[in-house]
Amino acid sequence: MDHDHYKDAYIAQILHSVDTIALVGASPKDIRPSNIVVKYLVAKGYRVFPINPGHAGREIHGRTIYASLADVPEPIDMVEIFRGSNYMPAIVEEVLALKNRPQVVWAQLTVRHDEAARMAEAEGLKVVMNRCPKIEFGRLSGEIGWNGINSGVISARKPVRGPGLQTLTIRPTG
Amino acid sequence: MANNEPGFSTLAVHAGAQPDPTTGARATPIYQTTSFVFEDADHAASLFGLKAFGNIYTRIMNPTQAVLEERVAALEGGTAALATASGHGAQLIIFHTIMRPGDNFIAANKLYGGSINQFGQAFQSFDWQVRWADPANIEEIESQIDDRTRAVFIESLANPGGTFVDIAAIAEVAHKHGLPLIVDNTMASPYLVRPIEHGADIVVHSLTKFIGGHGNSMGGIIVDGGTFDWSNSGNYPMLSEPRPEYGGMVLHETFGNFAFAIACRVLGLRDLGPAIAPFNAFLLLTGAETLPLRMQRHCDNALEAARWLNAHDKVAWVSYSGLEEDDNHALMQQYSPKGAGAVFTFGLAGGYEAGVKFVESLEIFSHLANIGDTKSLVIHPASTTHRQLSPEQQTAAGAGPDVVRLSIGIEDIADIIGDLEQALAKV
Repeated sequence: MDHDHYKDAYIAQILHSVDTIALVGASPKDIRPSNIVVKYLVAKGYRVFPINPGHAGREIHGRTIYASLADVPEPIDMVEIFRGSNYMPAIVEEVLALKNRPQVVWAQLTVRHDEAARMAEAEGLKVVMNRCPKIEFGRLSGEIGWNGINSGVISARKPVRGPGLQTLTIRPTG
Repeated sequence: MANNEPGFSTLAVHAGAQPDPTTGARATPIYQTTSFVFEDADHAASLFGLKAFGNIYTRIMNPTQAVLEERVAALEGGTAALATASGHGAQLIIFHTIMRPGDNFIAANKLYGGSINQFGQAFQSFDWQVRWADPANIEEIESQIDDRTRAVFIESLANPGGTFVDIAAIAEVAHKHGLPLIVDNTMASPYLVRPIEHGADIVVHSLTKFIGGHGNSMGGIIVDGGTFDWSNSGNYPMLSEPRPEYGGMVLHETFGNFAFAIACRVLGLRDLGPAIAPFNAFLLLTGAETLPLRMQRHCDNALEAARWLNAHDKVAWVSYSGLEEDDNHALMQQYSPKGAGAVFTFGLAGGYEAGVKFVESLEIFSHLANIGDTKSLVIHPASTTHRQLSPEQQTAAGAGPDVVRLSIGIEDIADIIGDLEQALAKV
């Protein structure tokens, strides 16, 4: 897997297929990037499980914080890593030890550890690194262009509206 | 289409503009509205807190403007852009984002006269100090950098002299000192030169010129190259320090490689106010679609006109880097092989008086203070655009008393040369 470049279809397929997302390193402070990503993903209809042992039991945007991945009470489709790259191998080990294996390990923008990625891929998991799911959702849906950001996507097809005002969603793949 | 990088002409037509999601309108609608309704209080809070993508108020963003921004960002190879009411508005916002009172920046001494005024006079009121340097002299640039220097500013193709600048060499010296390179790419347009590919960190345009191209609308734009580390030095606190306006958010940390464009929007445009009108954004966007076609025609016509003038016995000299004998021709071939642009200067053997007579005798060329129109334009810089400069500054800027500047349009070349010929006959 080439982790320098991802096809848009690969990212879109992941963002379509997952429903539950555990976000490791979610901050309860509302101006932190991890907190903003939780808020955005919740607004997009994902069921998000914030993971942060220092704040277990509290809530972020209506979602209960758990101390570890193993504490999450239902199967996790995707684990998002909002920690430094050096934490990625240990987190991947935790992921692989879960009874119900997630399908995807996603490492946030600036987070990348190629050996950890190979560990997950060897077990059949999909891996995305050095990307932000909020940016990718905004890019592929077209929302990000509303703020003058270059989506890198051109299309003559009508964007797909999401629920409510000023929301778009990603066109189904395949 | 995704992932195969589209060509420049495809981007010029498509980037940023999908059909309208509600009506299916294929042309980008003109969203002539001041404000946008929120879904609920939480949605409003998310938008105001920079936590969701979307529209609040046209002084900060507008959907028509946004298509223009994504279009030009794509054409320049940048991460994001911010459109403004004018190129001057864009420059004000750039420097407001990176400068504090007492800071300085290095600027090329060969610039559009309006920029020389803005930097040299208006910015004095903010105690932002400009230090002029010959862009062909790297040592002159480097020797003026000190611990309060915050940027280096050049034009890729200098107005009105029509000379290309060694962007990569200047980028190297700026980066060596931890400074961003800002490039005004108005005269070249991204069709000819993409400064970010040569090391520029920020690109600025007067959209009024070649990108709009039809001389009908004012506009400016800031393109974020996404290349500069705003947090490395602590010298750019608007980006690297917590912002009280946004609950202590750190913009560079939150927005990464498009943080500069976001900072310009939410700290610059929002508070200084030079917002572009949606109708102007629409007209400039329409112009941008034909930029590749127009720019090539501008260049082809300008080269023929320059060659013709150069051979005329009443013409003392022609300064156009497209001419093989021009001192700047090698740099032009390196940076802009498709052409040398539409604008060049020449001097009449009869000096100032002959220049005035010539300008007044033209029939197709319009005598006015603009460049980059479909129409051919002429001006005498020393009495107009560069009038407020001293004679020494005029000469340094390539706008001495004998200089006539042409902006060659996209008319038939035979008619352009015919008009030059009949006016020269009257000199």
